[in-house]
Amino acid sequence: MAAVKQTIEHVESLEKYQHGFVTDIAQDFAPKGLNADIVRFISAKKDEPEWMLAWRLDAFERWLAMDEPEWAKVHFPRIDYQDSYYYAAPSQKKGPASLDEVDPEILAVYEKLGIPLKEQAVLAGVEGAPRYAVDAVFDSVSVVTTFKKELAQVGVIFCSMSEAIREHPELVKKYLGSVVPVSDNYYACLNAAVFSDGSFVYVPPGVRCPMELSTYFRINAENSGQFERTLIIADKGSYVSYLEGCTAPMRDENQLHAAVVELVVMDDAEIKYSTVQNWYPGDPVTGKGGIYNFVTKRADCRGDRSKVSWTQVETGSAITWKYPSCILRGEGSVGEFYSIAITNGRQQADTGTKMIHLGANTRSRVISKGISAGKSSNTYRGLVSAHPKAKGARNFTQCDSLLIGKTCAAHTVPYIEARNGSCVFEHEATTTKLSEDQLFYAMQRGLSQEEAVQLLVNGFVKDVLQELPMEFAVEAQKLVAISLEGSVG
Amino acid sequence: MLHIENLRAEVDGKEILKGLSLDVPAGEVHAIMGPNGAGKSTLSYVLTGRSGYDVTGGTATLDGEDLLALDPSERAAKGVFLSFQYPLEIPGVPALTFIRTSMNAQRKARGEAEITAPAFLKLAREHAAALKIDFEMLKRALNVGFSGGEKKRMEIFQMAMLAPRFLILDETDSGLDIDALKIVSEGVNAMRSPDRGMLVITHYQRLLDYIKPDKVHVLAGGRIAATGGPDLALELEREGYDKYARAA
Ligand SMILES: Nc1ncnc2c1ncn2[C@@H]1O[C@H](COP(=O)(O)OP(=O)(O)OP(=O)(O)O)[C@@H](O)[C@H]1O
Ligand SMILES: [Mg+2]
Repeated sequence: MAAVKQTIEHVESLEKYQHGFVTDIAQDFAPKGLNADIVRFISAKKDEPEWMLAWRLDAFERWLAMDEPEWAKVHFPRIDYQDSYYYAAPSQKKGPASLDEVDPEILAVYEKLGIPLKEQAVLAGVEGAPRYAVDAVFDSVSVVTTFKKELAQVGVIFCSMSEAIREHPELVKKYLGSVVPVSDNYYACLNAAVFSDGSFVYVPPGVRCPMELSTYFRINAENSGQFERTLIIADKGSYVSYLEGCTAPMRDENQLHAAVVELVVMDDAEIKYSTVQNWYPGDPVTGKGGIYNFVTKRADCRGDRSKVSWTQVETGSAITWKYPSCILRGEGSVGEFYSIAITNGRQQADTGTKMIHLGANTRSRVISKGISAGKSSNTYRGLVSAHPKAKGARNFTQCDSLLIGKTCAAHTVPYIEARNGSCVFEHEATTTKLSEDQLFYAMQRGLSQEEAVQLLVNGFVKDVLQELPMEFAVEAQKLVAISLEGSVG
Repeated sequence: MLHIENLRAEVDGKEILKGLSLDVPAGEVHAIMGPNGAGKSTLSYVLTGRSGYDVTGGTATLDGEDLLALDPSERAAKGVFLSFQYPLEIPGVPALTFIRTSMNAQRKARGEAEITAPAFLKLAREHAAALKIDFEMLKRALNVGFSGGEKKRMEIFQMAMLAPRFLILDETDSGLDIDALKIVSEGVNAMRSPDRGMLVITHYQRLLDYIKPDKVHVLAGGRIAATGGPDLALELEREGYDKYARAA
């Protein structure tokens, strides 16, 4: 009987995570394990110049001397870094020049995920085809980037990191590692040594990027880690909005996604960076499997009046460890962080932001909405600091937690450091339980329990959802609903 | 229409309704009065299926259909509407969104098509005007920061929008100023029709000057302790519940 019940629960969990399919395609792997030769293998696979290999090897040396951080409120068995593949890529001679050359199996994956790779359809004005450029990263490599030509016409460079290293070495050399130093932290350092692929964006002075840019990360291979590396530079007076989405198959073993994202923002420029993270969260009952999402994201607001806005919807992953941060260096620069973090089943999230005020009259705003259900744990960890020169710095932080059921946990860990007398920091925090009374009220009006939960949760996260680009807000709203299915009753 | 027979219900193991029987035929308005804590709100929750209100005996049917076997949302789709004594606040959800979501959920449950956005807005404008509700208010999060009277008015607005078949008003008059009482009563009266039934819970005869009941019941001791015409309300106003409380 117990087995029957387990099977039923397993099947139910299968239905809940809708992106859990595996695609059977020919792939090239690096040998399992991690050593300097693997680093050389990855670099060679990507046809990298000598300076890039040297950078990676230096990072690898430093990583060997570092210890894994243990301060976050997450628990997991020690990771065996030798028991994983650090490179997995669809077998292909070179990167495809056009969509026609991409393996149809891979195209089918993206179609299944609802991601538009068909420029033609968009250009031909096929109804409903959303108009945004996509870089599709499949395991360790970018398989295709759309709309490159159209973007190049206005001087915007949008390509995979691997391509940028080959085609735009001067930009990569100048900015790579300039925001997140190689040995910033354990996972960032590992990433520097073995990073696979990610996106590279450069927006020249005065250009408003004519469309949304996005990258879809897909982990497909078994026992492999994904080491995304993304670098976005917004030159003086430019603007770009960028979105990343993530999914992975359901597997019983944990997989590591250790990403580094660096944003550089010059005078009067603005980057809007949105994330919809839906990695496989692991089995909701046993907690088996799922992605370890250990991510370092940082923006350097170098220019005066520059602005960065991070928006994240974090629904997936077994463990999320991530603190998108802003270094507000330029005078009057602005940092924003809008976050929805949902944990259900056995998920653990420790996420938040760091707003480092270095320049005068810098401003930051943090709105965090944490929702915990099942037996999950959800921690907001945030730092707001103002240095002596950051006269007149202002921060507003609002941190709300919503608890669904009695077996989950929510924590708020704010750190505040004001090193001059003229800054104004405001912090508000609330923790509420999804109230039975509200649920009944909505059900009396005709909503099923599930619909009632959805409506109330949507109300709770609304302030953040409305920060997402329109095309993605609807998708995110659906994702929120799916993540919380079966969380009540 | 509504037929309740020998209904028993408890909350937290404490029996509140102790064999209550009541009939409200279609087209009629019945008032329920009774002392604080008598179980008037409990009756409204039992009829709408709130969890924690456990039925231990008896029946309640609407047009012959067993209400007690249905989920709260199914009862709503059958047309049972409760105007809450203490309406809830729904942060982040605009009143219009809340009502439209409710309306479409009910329609879906009944196998009807969703209402279109223009039709919904037209309907909302009409009813808002009739109840003298500023349309801008409907864009705010439902009941959040609304005054007591505004919340009650919003209940009646929801009722008008959803056009239920059986209405339960739990102390809708409390918290309303004189003008609002009039407007709300007109709204309720506008819904009187030969195929609708209403149960009006109140402490004050004043409301019944506006919403004229066909019958008045006294709920005391967990039962209907007395039933009469509109005169009974006047008598209660003069003499209080003493004799019913003692009888129970
Ligand atoms: N959760 C609960 N636990 C224990 N007793 C409860 C609970 N909820 C309600 N009661 C009791 O049930 C009784 C009936 O309450 P109810 O709210 O139905 O009264 P009422 O007639 O509506 O009163 P009022 O006129 O004050 O609105 C009261 O004695 C109340 O204290
Ligand atoms: Mg009451």
